[in-house]
Amino acid sequence: MIVADLSAGELRRRLTGPGLRIRVGPVAAEIRSSFDAVQAGLALHYAAHDVLTAGDFADFRVSVERPLGVRRWFAPQALFRFDGNSMFTPLPAAQAFPLLEWGLNWCVSTHCHQYIVIHAAVLERNGRALLLPAPPGSGKSTLCAALVARGWRLLSDELALVELTGRRIVPFPRPISLKNRSIDTVARFWPDAAIGAVVPDTLKGSVAHVRPPVDSVRRGDEAATPGWVVLPRYESGATTRISELSKAEAFMRLVESAFNYDIHGRAGFEALAELVDASACHAFTYGGALDEAVGMFDRFAQAA
Amino acid sequence: MKRVPSRLLAHALREPQRLVEERDAWEALIRHGREADLLGTLAFRLDACAGLAQVPAAPRAHLIAAQNQCRAQQAAVRRETAEIARALHGRGVPVVLLKGAAYLLAGLPPARGRLFSDIDILVPKARLPEVESALMLAGFATTHLHPYDQRYYRRWMHELPPMQHVKRLTLLDVHHTIVPETAGVRLDAGALFRGAVPLADAPGFHVLSPLDMVLHSATHLFHNEEMTHGLRDLVDLDALLTHFGDRPFWPALVARAGELDLGRPLYYALRFTSRMLGTAVPGDVLADVERYAPPAPVRVVMDRLLEAALQPASAQPATRWARRALYLRGHWLKMPVPLLAWHLTAKALRREEPA
Repeated sequence: MIVADLSAGELRRRLTGPGLRIRVGPVAAEIRSSFDAVQAGLALHYAAHDVLTAGDFADFRVSVERPLGVRRWFAPQALFRFDGNSMFTPLPAAQAFPLLEWGLNWCVSTHCHQYIVIHAAVLERNGRALLLPAPPGSGKSTLCAALVARGWRLLSDELALVELTGRRIVPFPRPISLKNRSIDTVARFWPDAAIGAVVPDTLKGSVAHVRPPVDSVRRGDEAATPGWVVLPRYESGATTRISELSKAEAFMRLVESAFNYDIHGRAGFEALAELVDASACHAFTYGGALDEAVGMFDRFAQAA
Repeated sequence: MKRVPSRLLAHALREPQRLVEERDAWEALIRHGREADLLGTLAFRLDACAGLAQVPAAPRAHLIAAQNQCRAQQAAVRRETAEIARALHGRGVPVVLLKGAAYLLAGLPPARGRLFSDIDILVPKARLPEVESALMLAGFATTHLHPYDQRYYRRWMHELPPMQHVKRLTLLDVHHTIVPETAGVRLDAGALFRGAVPLADAPGFHVLSPLDMVLHSATHLFHNEEMTHGLRDLVDLDALLTHFGDRPFWPALVARAGELDLGRPLYYALRFTSRMLGTAVPGDVLADVERYAPPAPVRVVMDRLLEAALQPASAQPATRWARRALYLRGHWLKMPVPLLAWHLTAKALRREEPA
């Protein structure tokens, strides 16, 4: 059973009662919330995700709740809880769904130390993974959405889960998070994209999410072997260009983007070194021309 | 295994081999273990008795993650203690490692799988200024910059305000005794140093004698207002008592508790390790330590409160309330009432400093 099989009433009953259990790649989450925006966000973005039963193992039990207190009557807030404990300061209620997304990222990046967890988008063509590690503002998610629009499989928009044994990259297929102007850019480039509600005035500006393709979700247990490490940089009006990146620099960029490199010691060093060795490494600059950008990545995939 | 959900974790730590048969309990167990900071301990105990391969894949991933985290933290504690040794080297200050760092560097059983939040050291009170400046030169800076907090620690507590390394962000607590000065416990800190044992593998460092180590662990748990790590501290105590507890150890422990005025925390330690974790405390010792028990009505209340507070908070609703009550008790033990009133007023009236 998938989330889309649940009626609106049943989805609400689970979210406000025993919890909705879904599988996202290697992770099973139990989610509770009484916010309409969270229900709508889950119904849209997680439509194709498997629903689990109460007997299936859930890795993380999370909720987005209305904190008690008088504020709920004039400036309502949303609070993320993990195992019943609140983890972040509450946000305005309008940000309830993005808060769930950020919370789920946090769950994985602070607990899943069976992987090296890297802040990066991951896509796949012909079984080979394209890693886009990048700081915010580099246009990583825009590029990621554009590649998904043209048939690259989405493994993750946010977190690359690198296995220590086997050196594969494990999918974590969830909505792609877009910010500010990139929301319109992607809507124009990918008219069929299922884009959720735009939430203004978050810490990151306006935020909207794009639903992951059904195929990406269905293949959430299919890991990919390293193919490319590409460091994207968005520069308004720049021409699309690509250059070689030394293996050493690619390695250091992965380390900088990793949440838990320090935990893995020598095993982590060796896993990332092998990943970089097995990948073609590039630096990539682009302006607005997404068509050109995607074309360049498609040529990579054909050459490989 | 008896199916009391709130006791799941305690049972699992006692008899990890039975978990392999108990397949539907894993989700709650992982959640409780994570919350109590005991996943690492559980992982190493399971690995030692049945092997992690026996554990179903989903919970096993969490245990492996905890083992990885634990190895990294232990390596970090070793590196950090070496830095501290370098900072204090050649001054002739006796430095005693406490709690986690002590268990790790002395190779004692509680270290297996243990997670760390900070490093604790004990130095003589007269040497504090010198130790603090040496640590500052090595990059450790004081935290809690509000003048009231600084005064609170320096005048009334058993430790300096926590220090943090400016680059590595490691937290370091520098103690000069093991109970707050305001707590009214007649404890001679000099006696702790006289009994301390030098560490062969870590020159410059000592650990407390086995008796004092157990008593400090007990005091830390049962004389404290903060119970969030209660079960982990109880697991430390269980491992220490099991390791040291030969025949001559027990009467010596009770006698030493009397000398250091720490009878009450020892009473609680033996009562709750044996009740909750099945620690093999001899019956005559349990009976003997009863003389340090509180009066009967208090005992009934404390039994209920501690039993609830030592569970993971998500296991039963009473835990949060019990911890709140013990938080108040902890403050009550920490300082006399007029001082407590002054302390709470000062904290309540103070304006938050700008971030």
